[in-house]
Amino acid sequence: MNAYPALAVRGATKRFGAVLALDDVDLEVHHGEVLAILGDNGAGKSTLIKCISGVHKLDSGEIEVDGVPASMASPAVARAAGIETVYQDLALFDNLDATANFFAGHEKAVPAWLPRGMRWMRRRDMARSSSELLDRLKIRLPEKASTVGMMSGGQRQAIAVARTAAFASRVVILDEPTAALGLRESRQVLDLVLRLRSEGCAVIVISHAMDHVMEIADRAIVMRRGRTVGEEVPTPENRARLVSLIVGGEV
Amino acid sequence: MHDIQTTDESGESNVEVPRAEQQQTADPGSAAPVGPTARDNEVSVTKLRLVGALLVLLKLGPVLILLVLVLVMSSLSPVFATSQNLGNVLSQSAVIAILAIGQLLVILTRGIDLSVGSTLALSSVVGATVFGSTGGGALTVAAMLGTGAAVGLVNGVVYVYGKLPHPFIITLATLSIARGLALGISDGQPIRNMPGIVTDIGGGSATWIASWLPNSAFLVALVAIMVSVFLSRVVWGRWIYAVGGNPEGARSLGIPRSAVLVSVYVCSGVLAGVAAIVTSGRLNAGSPTFGDLAELDAIAAVVIGGASFLGGRGFVSHALIGALMIGVIRNGMNLLNIEAYLQLIVIGVVIVLAVESDVVRGRLENRFRVMKGAAA
Ligand SMILES: Nc1ncnc2c1ncn2[C@@H]1O[C@H](COP(=O)(O)OP(=O)(O)OP(=O)(O)O)[C@@H](O)[C@H]1O
Ligand SMILES: [Mg+2]
Repeated sequence: MNAYPALAVRGATKRFGAVLALDDVDLEVHHGEVLAILGDNGAGKSTLIKCISGVHKLDSGEIEVDGVPASMASPAVARAAGIETVYQDLALFDNLDATANFFAGHEKAVPAWLPRGMRWMRRRDMARSSSELLDRLKIRLPEKASTVGMMSGGQRQAIAVARTAAFASRVVILDEPTAALGLRESRQVLDLVLRLRSEGCAVIVISHAMDHVMEIADRAIVMRRGRTVGEEVPTPENRARLVSLIVGGEV
Repeated sequence: MHDIQTTDESGESNVEVPRAEQQQTADPGSAAPVGPTARDNEVSVTKLRLVGALLVLLKLGPVLILLVLVLVMSSLSPVFATSQNLGNVLSQSAVIAILAIGQLLVILTRGIDLSVGSTLALSSVVGATVFGSTGGGALTVAAMLGTGAAVGLVNGVVYVYGKLPHPFIITLATLSIARGLALGISDGQPIRNMPGIVTDIGGGSATWIASWLPNSAFLVALVAIMVSVFLSRVVWGRWIYAVGGNPEGARSLGIPRSAVLVSVYVCSGVLAGVAAIVTSGRLNAGSPTFGDLAELDAIAAVVIGGASFLGGRGFVSHALIGALMIGVIRNGMNLLNIEAYLQLIVIGVVIVLAVESDVVRGRLENRFRVMKGAAA
């Protein structure tokens, strides 16, 4: 396997005005590994992954992808580096259909010598790929042609996760991927995470659902008030300790 | 608001529960495992259909209204449906339609461009001046389009990179500045004479087909087709919808949001230049008074045509239908000798109805989604 971690973050610091959202955070995740980030509301989890995916810029700190220093100047740079993210707010387009949502920012289009924005979309190609993807992930949508705004919370989440899975190459980040989901849909997302891991992706999952973390994560780090306060292998024996790390009490 | 909605909803289900029960008694042996669930399902299926039908009706609304308008006008005035007059309607609607297509692009991204009327005037004055001093037709056209592009670029760049919360203010500012420049350049007077290419486009008719068909109608068709194809087939067009649907999301997925936003204002400006060509061609002059309040017609056309003022939803056809509606209302009321003040009131009322129906559509869609989620 690759000697370098798929993604390494060192000394990440990020301030929003008076709020120190990230304070000298380190993180490593390897290919074929699922890392859970735990922490209470406002701990800085979303901020951390937004810095990795180029939405926010770090005030200081470094990011390495496969051992190569990378500056995540923009989301496009991060996506080009093989980092795909499902944001907590899903970043879906209610006015577009499922296929358009899948390919947003990654449209299949020709010819390659034109700038990306000026290319002609291969719409049938995209429709076919999105059907295949939905089938593969066993996601059922009522009418694929209707806009995502007309779909239920679970279907929307499934679409956002499927989009990530479709383009994932190195690192997949999921910010509370099962938050709005029923049992069956949660199961699908968890299976999807495991599949991505077996395909060699590094997966970062933010979740408040301890059972899910226990099941899929190889490692868990706990954040509190912008700092990493602990790291554990999530086993049933460690569960109590993880919970106390999250809430900040002593065992 | 919410209270009213809730009462609404329970009112509807009261009406429909008996129907669902009938269905159930008519088909008692249905495979439904549990009675209450099955009944709930049927209620929601009926309601789902109802809401779905309403949605379709709302979407077709503007086309139906346009048809009704045309029928009413032709029955009230014998002149309305003559080819000569229809040609008038087309050429009067052409300027609104071109501006509305530009406005549509802007509105798709949740924006607004108030400057297009003034840009039209500035562009016509610049064009007439350039023609007066050089006599070059192509140069004149280029200057007119370039003027529009320049104003649009200022709008877009100041809005996006000045990090303004909304484009309203900057385009309001350029509304004033462009009109001021037009007045300054022209000394407040119309400038006579435009090149042949401009007068052909704006004032000529397609004699090779029918003498009443104005050339400007073909120009509108050309612009409409180009913009439609761009919006539906080219990646950038898809990005315009994405930015309008979820600006933050678009950015986080690597869509160049800033560039997309700037581009729609530039397009709107260029189309104001095209509208200037039509206007100054028809009147064979450039004038600082052209396009007065045209921005309002353009915005109204987009909204009453059925595009969403909230961004992300709308097609070129909406802009065209809206422009035709305004054109037909104006023309028809002129033919019927209805006074100008009433025309203004009628158009205002149509705008209110259109925006309200957009809001209702949004709410129905939400309810449709909730009900569908429950039915699934
Ligand atoms: N764009 C922003 N501007 C200002 N402050 C922000 C911004 N984003 C996050 N913060 C602040 O940074 C801190 C960390 O927020 P963050 O969203 O990262 O928390 P989180 O761990 O993801 O919480 P949750 O579990 O609720 O999603 C909070 O105090 C929040 O108010
Ligand atoms: Mg969060």
